[in-house]
This record gives sequence, structure tokens and C-alpha cells, in this order.
Amino acid sequence: MLGYIVRRVLVTIPVMGVVALFVFSLLYLAPGDPAAIIAGDQASPEQIALIRASLGLDQPFLVRFGGWAWRIAHGDLGTSIFTNLPVAHMIAQRIEPTLSLMLLTLVVSLLIAVPLGVLAAARQGTAVDRAVMLFAVLGFSTPVFVIGYLLAYVFALRLDWFPVQGYMPLAGGFWPFLRALILPAATLGGIYIALIARITRASMLEVLSQDYIRTARAKGLGQRGVLFVHALKNAAVPIVTVVGLGVALLIGGAVVTESVFAIPGLGRLTVDAILRRDYPVIQGVVLLFSFAYVVINLLVDLLYTLFDPRIRY
Amino acid sequence: MQRRTLLQAGLAATATLALPPLARPALAAPAASRVLRFIPQADLAVLDPVWTTAYVTRNHALMVFDTLFGIDAQYQPQLQMLESATTEDSDRTWRLVLRPGLKFHDGTPVLARDCVASIGRWGKRDAFGQALLSATNELAAADDRTIVFRLKRPFPLLPAALGKAASSIAAIMPERLAATDPFKQVTDMVGSGPYRFKADERVPGARVVYERFADYVPRADGVAEWIAGPKRALFDRVEWTVIPDAATAAAAMQNGEADWWEQPTFDLLPLLKGDRHLVLEQLDPTGTPAMMRMNQLFPPFDNPAIRRALFGAVDQAEFMTAVAGTDPAYWRANVGFFPPGSPMASPVGMEVFAGPRDFEKVKKDILAAGYKGERVVLMIATDFPVLQAMGNVGADVLKRCGFNLDVQATDWGTVVQRRAKKDPPDKGGWSVFFTAWSGLDQFNPAGHVGLRGNGLNAWFGWPNAPRLEALREDWFAASTPVLQKKICEEMQRQAFIDVPYIPIGEYLQPTVRRDSLSGVLKGVPLFWNVHRS
Repeated sequence: MLGYIVRRVLVTIPVMGVVALFVFSLLYLAPGDPAAIIAGDQASPEQIALIRASLGLDQPFLVRFGGWAWRIAHGDLGTSIFTNLPVAHMIAQRIEPTLSLMLLTLVVSLLIAVPLGVLAAARQGTAVDRAVMLFAVLGFSTPVFVIGYLLAYVFALRLDWFPVQGYMPLAGGFWPFLRALILPAATLGGIYIALIARITRASMLEVLSQDYIRTARAKGLGQRGVLFVHALKNAAVPIVTVVGLGVALLIGGAVVTESVFAIPGLGRLTVDAILRRDYPVIQGVVLLFSFAYVVINLLVDLLYTLFDPRIRY
Repeated sequence: MQRRTLLQAGLAATATLALPPLARPALAAPAASRVLRFIPQADLAVLDPVWTTAYVTRNHALMVFDTLFGIDAQYQPQLQMLESATTEDSDRTWRLVLRPGLKFHDGTPVLARDCVASIGRWGKRDAFGQALLSATNELAAADDRTIVFRLKRPFPLLPAALGKAASSIAAIMPERLAATDPFKQVTDMVGSGPYRFKADERVPGARVVYERFADYVPRADGVAEWIAGPKRALFDRVEWTVIPDAATAAAAMQNGEADWWEQPTFDLLPLLKGDRHLVLEQLDPTGTPAMMRMNQLFPPFDNPAIRRALFGAVDQAEFMTAVAGTDPAYWRANVGFFPPGSPMASPVGMEVFAGPRDFEKVKKDILAAGYKGERVVLMIATDFPVLQAMGNVGADVLKRCGFNLDVQATDWGTVVQRRAKKDPPDKGGWSVFFTAWSGLDQFNPAGHVGLRGNGLNAWFGWPNAPRLEALREDWFAASTPVLQKKICEEMQRQAFIDVPYIPIGEYLQPTVRRDSLSGVLKGVPLFWNVHRS
């Protein structure tokens, strides 16, 4: 197992290298000029050219990529073209809100979606099953921003239960922290709950038709024991896979959710950086997201062994 | 679902809506009342007001930095950091004496040499500053409090240049910061203005915080108007929260989570007007004049007759309705090359906008002027609703005029890159784009870059209009407002001949604030004098 983990971690290095080259090339080829944005609408072409030169943006591709890759190899993500702050510092400032939002969404979604999926499978073909599936379809097909606006209108503007926007760090107290995140997490969770509930139901249906489930029932095991002890554990591998893959969905959803609720997280940092063509920030954030995704996939692979002892690496 | 269950669910939902709000985290009222919560028009990405012309940076700079002069509500420069300003030697020498007791935020005194260095750096970037420095033989500190300008020729607009409120203000910073290359950003925000920048609380893209500078000494005389007169900071803290989504910003205003939103979008104005705790008002009387800018290096717009023919197709009201809606309180038509109501505005040449628009005649005029069906590349920035609206109307106008139009909808970041290209439109260049600036940037020839005619050195579009350039030089030398106005009338007459751009009207951007705020000054968003009543 240890050997497998080491191998996977080592494989991460070339993967990140390819991601880095891809992201850099894409941004190099994409239209847009940060110098023109910095200088402002009324700056002259000459002034823009001078700013471009002062930022090193007039250098050839290989020189720029080489310098950037060298710094990355030394753990330096570079400096924002606009704020002049280190990218690592900007990411550190923004990571807590995004992590908090994603973790809360993940936990709440799992707590809701898995029991819903199990329930739908156990009551297959009934009104309960159809209601769960209807909820899943709605959750999947309703855009995140629509859910966000609706929740903000009802629970923030009308009821005044939660703030419309903003983020409160955990250091400011647990309830203020939670209060600011409930609506965003509910917004982001909709699509995730839908996805996991559907997969849980499908996976459970397959497991519930197996012989060993019939045997368990014949031995007189109660419904709860059959569902949660025998069936769910065996249905867990596809669920865990989808939970892992769904993190990409969460990252995409976080970008929209953070914009709707004005949460100062990595999603908004990414959008702002793209609109401004703040290349070092875009590259840094994309590398971070890619790395996180690789790590999550590794964790998912390791979790397989926990749920299915037959899987060995 | 049974009928009874449905009814129960409905009752439960109604009861839920009627529930009282959950307890909010306690915030001591007196402390909260000393904090002003502001939603700026955009993120404060760049801190240095010399490095960028972005308005949000100008607004930030007016809090942190002070200026030697400041314009008042009549656009007249008044002494601000200065105790006196005198001229000698037939107006070829200016002596500016600083008020005593001025301090920077790091506790060091403001000295004349700081001002000399600051003006020198600013003058390398700002158009008005460049004009001033090109008329200057020597700029020096005679002693700790006296700045001396020795000029090559009289420059009566010196106070106006140093006291401008348009973008790129002549901010005074310590010499050690002002020594920075003007094409590199200063990020150490040490000024001598009424508010101190809290670098430790800044979250780029999300939050900017200022606190009152206790050692700031407001002027004892004058009236607080625009950036002139006493700057009394009446809040302990000013917190800028960047909310990129307009609907969320509106909700934050309605919910009392913010006190002041700089630029509500026009589509949300009816909603905000309906809230009795919110006040909408227009701060900047110069408005935001907009323009259709054409590339004059390539056909068809290298032909002035074709550019002139287009005047007959432009209905400014149509453009502005698309931008700001049907309520004429939020826009003006019949706008020339200077904002209506500003000192240099005049009716000269405005008859081109009068009467019904006749597209058939414009078509014929364009063909007669030599249009051969060349492709016209129109760039529309779709990420700014105002620019998108202008672009969409412009596309319709150009099509109806018979141009072979190629509309390229993209984001502003791409537009600003592509418009710098001097390649032909079919080789990655462009033909037309739309933009709009504050009237403060267009209310005289000094900073009005759209009106320049210095060819390849001009602003994008590169009009070559020697007569406009000559008139601009005359304006700088004009000694009285009457003479200045006369020259601007002539400039407008010439602009209708050369057509550096086509004015398409101006919109009047309102601001929205809680009714508990009083003392908000006109002009640009200013954070002195304002208080909670």
C-alpha cells in the first residue's frame, strides 16, 4: 500500500508539469493584455507599451515560461500583476472561505443525499422514490445562481435569518461563521445532493438484488441492518467515486456561489483574475485546483480498499 | 400528496415567512455607527493613482492622499494643502507655500521636496501633468514649505492641473515613494489624506479598509465642496466591500448590510427607488459622456467624409435609452464634445444631431464619399452592460447605414488589447468600438484624450487633426475663462469636421445610500463630511 501511495505521489509531479505547461500555453495564446487593463481606458498606446515592458510581458514565450516554471519548481507561485502581492499570499487569504464552503456543502450533502438515495432504493417505485428522483432532477437542472437568488430572497431579504452576502471567519465565532455559510452551502449543495442521491439509489438497487441480501433477510435481519450494514457498504464504491468526481462540480459551483453571495474565496479570485488577465494568479489557482483534484482521486482510490477488501494495490 | 398534506405544507410555509428574524451577532451600536460600509464600483486592484487611470483607484487615492489644490463645485481650483500660491515674473514663476503641520501617515512631515517628487512622477503619466511639465523650466523646493515652478511660458491652468478630480490626481506622497518609476506601481500607501489605508485588512477582490487619520488637519477656511475646502473625516472606519453581482449588492442595500452603493445598475433602480430607506442621487453633474470611436488608419473610417456622414444616423436618445432606460432623468441627448453644463460646453455644430435620422441619405452620402464595401469590425464588450447596450445599438445603426459589418462580441479585456493593434481590420485589427468616461475627464481639452488629434501618438483610433492640436495648445496658454471657452467652441467646430469620435449622448449614473447618511458631497465618492444622522 505504501509503495502504491509513493508511486501515485510521484506520478503527480509529471501530471502537474503537464497541467502547468497547458495552462501557461493557453493563457499565452488567449487574447487580452493586463498592461492595457492596468493602464486604464484613457491611457495612450505608448504608456501601455511601457507598462507591458516593465512587467516583462513583452518577453518571448520560452523566456516567460522558463522563468515561471523555475519559480514554481522552487515553490514560488509568483506575484500578482495587479496587486503586486505574492500569489501564495492571495491564495492563503482566500482559501478558508472556499474550503469552509466546500466542506460544509460536502458534509451536509452526504448527510442528506445518502439516506435519500437509500430510502428511494428501499421504496423503489413508490411515491417516496418518485419524490426523491423529482428532487434530484430539479437539483440537477436548476442553475446554481437561480437557487442562490431564491434562497437569498426568502431567507435573507424576507425572513432576515441570514445575511445576504459576505463571509465570517471561524475565528469570529462558530454561529456567525455558520450563519454566513448556510445559504451558500444550501445553494451549492442542491446539485451535489441530486448527483449523490441518484448514484446511491442506483447502486443500492443493484446491491439489493444480490443473493446475499436475500440471505440476510432470510436470516431475519431487520430492514435497517440490511440497508445500512450490508447493502450500503457494498454500494459504497460507486458512491465514493462519484463523490470524488463531484468535487470538480463543487469547484465550478463555488465560483458561481461565491459571486452570488460575495464570498471572498478562490472562485471569485479566479474569475477576477481571468477577467483582468492576471496570469500568475490564474496559473497559481489552476495549479492548486489541479493538485487538489489529484489528491482527492488518490484518497478515493484508497477509500476503495476500506469499503471493498477485495481491492488491493 | 393528499389535499390535507398540501394545505398543511402551505400553512407551514406561511408561518415560516411570518417568523421573526434569528438573532444577529451582537454589534455594539455606537461602534457600528462609526463605520461606513461602502460598495465600490469595482475591485480596487491597483493602489497607485499614477499607475492607472481607473476611477476606483482615483476614489481610493482621494481618501489616502491629499492634493495641493482641489476643485470646487464651480470647477474652480482652491488651495487645499497650500497656505498660499503667488505668481511673479509676469506669471512665469509660481510660489506655492504648504500649510504648517501637514503630516504623512507614517508620522513624517510633508515637505516641499515630497511635493516636487510627487508632481514630477505624476507629470510623466498624466496628460494635464505632461502639459504642465512641458511648460516648466524648473520645479524645485525653495525650503521645507515652498515649492517653486519656474515656467518657460505662463501656464494659468497650473492650479487646475494640480487640483483636478478627474482620474490620475496629482497625489502627494513621500519623496521615497514618489521616486518610483512612474511605470511601476507604488504599493506602500503612505499619504497625508484624511484616511489611512489599512494594508493588513485588505483582501484583494473583496475588501478594503480605511481608518480616520487622527493627525489630519482639515483646512480652517473654505466650504467643503468636491475636493476643495475642509476635509473632515467623521467616520472612524470606512469599509469597502466588493460585491460583483448587482442583484446581491441591491439586496445588501435593502437589508441594511451596506450604507452606500456607488453604482447601482440601471435595471435595478425601480427596485431601489421603492425602498423608503434608500436615497438615489446623482453626484457627478458632468455625467458620463459616451462615444463611438473609429479607427482612422484604415478604410472606411480613414475618410473624414464617411465619418461626418455618420452623424446623420446617430440618435443619441436611442443609444442612451438602451443604456439607462426610458427615464430621461438618467441620461442626456444633444451632447457635444464637452459635457452639457460644464464650462467649456457649447451648442456650436450641434445641428448635426437635430431632426429625424435619415438612413437612406446617410447610405447615399457614405457611398458618395467613396465607401467600397470594406469590412467594418465592431468590437462589443459584453461583460459591461452599458458598453454592450451601446454596441448593440451601434451595430444596428452601422448595418442600417449599409456598412459591411462584422460584429465581434467579446470581453473588455480582449477589447483593450485588440484596440491597441494598428493592423488592418481583416488582419486582427478593428474599425469601431464604444466606450464612456466620466465628464470630468472630458470637460476641458487638458485631459480629454478622445479629442486629441496627434496621429499615431493619439489615443486608440489615432486621428490626425493638426488644427485640434493647435487649438489645444492655445487653450493651455489662454489667460481667462472667456478666452478658454472661445477656444473650446472653435475646437468643437473643428471636431465636427475632423470627427475624432462621435458623441452618442451621456448617461447620469446615480448612487444609492441609506437615508441615515447625511453630508454626502457632490462630485466623486468622497468620504469626508459624510456622517450618520
